[in-house]
Amino acid sequence: MTADEAATAPAILRVDQLEKRFGGNRAVDGATFDVARGSITGLIGPNGAGKTTCFNCIAGALRPDGGRVVFDGRDVTGLPPYRVTALGMTRTFQIPQELGAMSVLENLMLAGLDQAGERLWESWFRPWRVAKQERDLAARAHELLALVDLEHLAYELAANLSGGQRKLLELARALMPRPTMVLLDEPSAGVNPTLAVKLADHIRDVRDELGVTFLLIAHDMDVVERLCETVVVMASGRVLTEGTPAEVFANTEVQDAYLGSQYR
Amino acid sequence: MNPILEAPTLITWVGSVNWTVGFLTTVGIFAIVALALNLQWGYTGVFNFGVVAFFMVGAYTSSLLTLEPASEFEDYAFGLEWPIPVGWAAGALAAGVLALLVGLPTLRLRRDFLAIATIGVATILRSVVNSTEGLANRGAGLNGIPRFLDGLADGADYRWVMLGIVLVMLAFSYLVLQAATASPWGRVLRGIRDNEDTAMAAGKHTTVFRMQSFVLGGMMMGLAGAIFAHRQGAISPTGFSDLFGTFLVWTMLIVGGSGNNRGAVLGALAVGFFWFGTPLIQEDLPDFLGTRVFQLRELAIGALIIIFLLLRPGGLLEEQPRVSRFVPKPGRRPAVATAGHEEGGP
Repeated sequence: MTADEAATAPAILRVDQLEKRFGGNRAVDGATFDVARGSITGLIGPNGAGKTTCFNCIAGALRPDGGRVVFDGRDVTGLPPYRVTALGMTRTFQIPQELGAMSVLENLMLAGLDQAGERLWESWFRPWRVAKQERDLAARAHELLALVDLEHLAYELAANLSGGQRKLLELARALMPRPTMVLLDEPSAGVNPTLAVKLADHIRDVRDELGVTFLLIAHDMDVVERLCETVVVMASGRVLTEGTPAEVFANTEVQDAYLGSQYR
Repeated sequence: MNPILEAPTLITWVGSVNWTVGFLTTVGIFAIVALALNLQWGYTGVFNFGVVAFFMVGAYTSSLLTLEPASEFEDYAFGLEWPIPVGWAAGALAAGVLALLVGLPTLRLRRDFLAIATIGVATILRSVVNSTEGLANRGAGLNGIPRFLDGLADGADYRWVMLGIVLVMLAFSYLVLQAATASPWGRVLRGIRDNEDTAMAAGKHTTVFRMQSFVLGGMMMGLAGAIFAHRQGAISPTGFSDLFGTFLVWTMLIVGGSGNNRGAVLGALAVGFFWFGTPLIQEDLPDFLGTRVFQLRELAIGALIIIFLLLRPGGLLEEQPRVSRFVPKPGRRPAVATAGHEEGGP
């Protein structure tokens, strides 16, 4: 998809006048932006701009104080996270939240939606059905592990993974329920540079092949430039500007707010 | 052999068999409670400090439904002479309803709140039984609670029947809980225990799962309480102390291995032996210890919890990393995944 196509494609996510306050601090203060279906959109801005809070409000981890979030034509404002996930939008955490006492494989299998074995009576009385679903889930999990180069660690405890590997596990877990949209909070932070490039390629592959939309927070401008067709710049809880990476980086307001004089 | 020397050995032998049968019966009942607490705490991280409340509800419900109608010297409700297994089922059900009622307002809150709420429930329950007229004979307790399968053996031999009943019920409880937890359901519970945000992001309605775990655990505790009442034949509110019904069970779970069903049973055996065995050595201890053995074992239980939490927090049998029994074991990966690996490569 080119930048022009992305700009004209219908929005899969509309964030409208979103507000979130913590005491007197307006972390998100009327943020408004759209994410085009099938795009890879970057959400950038200086520390404290409200990017992660914005994510948490979209994904349901926080209840916004004002504004609306419309995902795939549905108002999801204030829905709890499990509902948002079930509707097809998953997210990763900035600090990986893996389940350390479980194998990498089962960390992924947990994320499968609508599992028969999660109902007590089926795990008691219909084990064959659960067993079949578990085989399918394990196969899907192995595919995703191969995608993020963690296949050799499938049976390792998640607690034994390195920081970068945990990031990759986050990404794989977000993809596990076959979402239509994924929110990535700094996907490449802490991942070694070679792998970060590969990861970016994988994200683009997933988008190209499956049409999954990505909205990602990133501090690494190389990643943003390489991956994103559209960039939304936030500062002080508001959207400063949007555009292609080139447009945004050329914007002097953005440079002042965020990028620093080195880009001038 | 000299018969004079033989006689005491015989008495000791019979005595120790009888003691062992009684001990295993008691420990078997405790093991069911420990399994139930393992579901709530070990798997789900639900902090139940009122285990005894659910145990007591099961005991009283089953007793009141299976007893004969109250005589003129007694003062209790029901007395319906129902069949004992029906009483047990009702006891489990009543404890499940209590879990639901306690869980509805508290399970959404942080886990410490549930600990406080449950310990309060146990205290309230004892007071209610003690002070309510026409409910359960108040402080005097219930007597003459019928035995299950009484016809199978006479007098002292019935202890073997009781042991058999308890072992069958323990096996049943173990299988029910093992099938439930070694499954995707148990995986969600462990996800909730270790990181609720992750579980929610993975699409799980965590409050519902936590409630299922709490209620199922409560029902198992109620079942154990019901079995206990019919074994004792007589129950009273003072018998259901927090120490006996809650903290002893917690010790069993921590020592045995929180998050491991076999660990919960082993812990019941180990701590049970420690708790019920200390009075046996009373006479062999020096006086200053022997006279205080019941106080000292309470002290020792506290020490045991601390020692295990510090030195072996996983317990005797640690939790297994593999949760669902349906997950293929390493080295036996499904063929599809291998194909996926090749496709997924760069």
